[in-house]
Amino acid sequence: MIPTLQIEALSVGFSQRDAMIQAVDQVSLRVAPGECVGIVGESGSGKTQMFMAAMGLLPSNASATGSVRFEGKEILAVNSALKRVRGSKLTMIFQDPMTSLTPHLQIGTQLAEVLVHHNGASWGEARIMAGRMLDRVQIPESKRRLHEYPYELSGGMRQRVMIAMSLLCRPSLLIADEPTTALDVTVQAQIIELLRAVREEFGMALVLVSHDLSVVAGLAQRINVMYAGRIVESAPAEELFRHPRHPYTAALLKCIPSVSGQRRARLQTLDGQPPRTGEKLEACAFAPRCPRSAERCRIERPQLKAKAASDVACHFPERS
Amino acid sequence: MKARGFVGDAARRLSSNPAAVVALYLMSAIIALALLAPWINPNSAETLDWAHAAARPGMQSAHWFGTDRLGRDLFVRTLAGARMSIAIGLMASLISLFVGVSYGAIAGYFGGRADQVMMRIVEILSGLPLVFFVIFLTVIFGRSEYLLFLSIGAVGWLTMARIVRGQTLSIRQQEFIEAAVASGASSSRIIARHVIPNVVGPVVVYATLMVPQIILFESFLSFLGLGIQEPGASLGTLVAEGVGEMETAPWILVVPGGFLAVLLLCLNIFGDGLRDALDVKET
Repeated sequence: MIPTLQIEALSVGFSQRDAMIQAVDQVSLRVAPGECVGIVGESGSGKTQMFMAAMGLLPSNASATGSVRFEGKEILAVNSALKRVRGSKLTMIFQDPMTSLTPHLQIGTQLAEVLVHHNGASWGEARIMAGRMLDRVQIPESKRRLHEYPYELSGGMRQRVMIAMSLLCRPSLLIADEPTTALDVTVQAQIIELLRAVREEFGMALVLVSHDLSVVAGLAQRINVMYAGRIVESAPAEELFRHPRHPYTAALLKCIPSVSGQRRARLQTLDGQPPRTGEKLEACAFAPRCPRSAERCRIERPQLKAKAASDVACHFPERS
Repeated sequence: MKARGFVGDAARRLSSNPAAVVALYLMSAIIALALLAPWINPNSAETLDWAHAAARPGMQSAHWFGTDRLGRDLFVRTLAGARMSIAIGLMASLISLFVGVSYGAIAGYFGGRADQVMMRIVEILSGLPLVFFVIFLTVIFGRSEYLLFLSIGAVGWLTMARIVRGQTLSIRQQEFIEAAVASGASSSRIIARHVIPNVVGPVVVYATLMVPQIILFESFLSFLGLGIQEPGASLGTLVAEGVGEMETAPWILVVPGGFLAVLLLCLNIFGDGLRDALDVKET
C-alpha cells in the first residue's frame, strides 16, 4: 500500500546572517492511509517546520532537503505536484484560528472560494456545500453563519470553520498544527472530539502536531516524540504511554499532571533547556538533561533504531 | 478591518466632522456646476464678444463673471476649465491608483529580490525631475490632454506603490495569508482577494489627497504653457491669462484663481476628514 505521506531524510535549515540554523534534522516519517499520527515536542523542536516544508510554506530564508511524497508523488520542491494537492487532498489547519481567516470576507465566501477554485463548482452550489460542511462541524445556525464575518465568531467557532474549510475537498490527509493551543480547555476537548469524528467519517489520515501529550493521547494511533529537530521515539500510542523507552519521553510523561495525584504535590518539570538551535551536535541532544546519560552519550549521537515495538534514538533506552 | 460595519462606521465618523461635510457639499456643487455649465449659461466658451471685451462682472449683463481680453465669457470658461482640471485630476489619480496599487502589492507580496528590483525602479523614477519629464514627453509626443493624463499619472503612482508595498509587507506576515496559501490559492488570487482589500483604507485616503495635488500640478504646467492649449482651458491656463491683466482687469485672474483655491481647499479638507474617519485604532 502506498503511504499517504512519506517523509524521508527531511532537513530544514534557516539561514540567518552568517549562521545556518538546523530546525529539522534528517527526519523520516510515514503516515498510512486513514492513520492518525501524533507529533509531540517542545517549542522549537522542529515539529511545525517539518510540515511547513511539506506544504511548501517555508519562508524565503529557509531551505529544505530530503524527500516528501504524498500518495507516492514527490511534492517537496516540485511546485506543480504540490499545487495539485495543496488545499484539496492535502490540507492543514493552524494554531491560531483568530488570525487564520481573512477578516474582510464572509465565512461563506471564504469556504465557497475553496470549492470554486479546486473543484470548479459554481458559487451557488459551493455556498450550499459550504453550509452543509458547517453543519458537519457542528456550527449551529449554519445558514446565518455563512453571512457573518470572522470577527463575529468565537475562537472555537473559527477553528471549526477552519476544519470545515480543510474538509471541503475531501482530503486524504489533514495536518492539524497545534489546533487547540489557542483555545481554552473545554473548547479544546470539543475540537479534538470533532477531529476524531470527521476523521472517521471521511476516512482520512490525520497528523496531529502538539506540544501537549495529553492532546495527542486519545486520538493518535502512533506517536512520534521530537527533540531538537529529530524524532527520538516513535511508538504505538498505548505502548508509548505504558513503556516509554526514551528518557525524554519518560520525563514528558511524568510532567502530565494527574487529577488523582497528591493535592499539594508540585507539578513536575524538566530541568534545563533544550539545546540552542544552530549548534551542530556531535553528542546526543538530550544528554545534558538526561538522568541516564553516560560517557558515550556525549561522544556519539544515537540513531533512531527499532527496539521491541518502538523506534528509539537512545544508547541506553529504558527497558520495557 | 470590518467590511459592513467598517464602512458604516467610517461614514458616521465622516458625517460628524462639519468641515468635511461642508467641503463635500461645496465640492459636489462645484463639480455639478462644472458639468451642467452648458445648460446654465448659454454663452459658449469660445465665442468672442468684441462689444464686451474685458467687461466687469455683474448680474445685469449677459456675462456674470465678466469677460476676458478677447470678450470670452469668464463664467463659462472658468467652468470649462474646472471641468478639464477635475477630469485630469481624476484620470491621473485613477491611473496612478491602478498602477501603484498593483505594483506595490506585487512587490510587497513577493518580497525578496523581486521587491528589491521593483522598489529600486521606483526610486530611480522618483529621482527624475517631474517637470523635466513632462517637458520631455510633450516634446516627443506633442501636446495633448491625454498625454497630460498619462504623464502625470505615470509619475503619481510612485508614492502610491510605496504606501501599498509597506502595507502589504505587514499583511503578508499575517496568518490568514499563510492559511490561504495552504488552502491552495494562487499568488495572483491571494493578492487580489486577500491583500488588496486590506489596504483599501490608506489607499482611498491617499488617492483623495492626490486629486488636488494633481490638479495643482496640472495648473502649474498649464501656467508654464506646457499643459492645455488654447482655445481649450483649464484653471491653470486661465490663471496664467489673468496674471497678464492683473492691473487692468483683476477679475480675469480672481475668478478662476478663486475657483481653483476653493476647489483645492475642499478636496484637501475632505481628504483629511476621510483620513480621520478611516483611521481605526488597530484591534
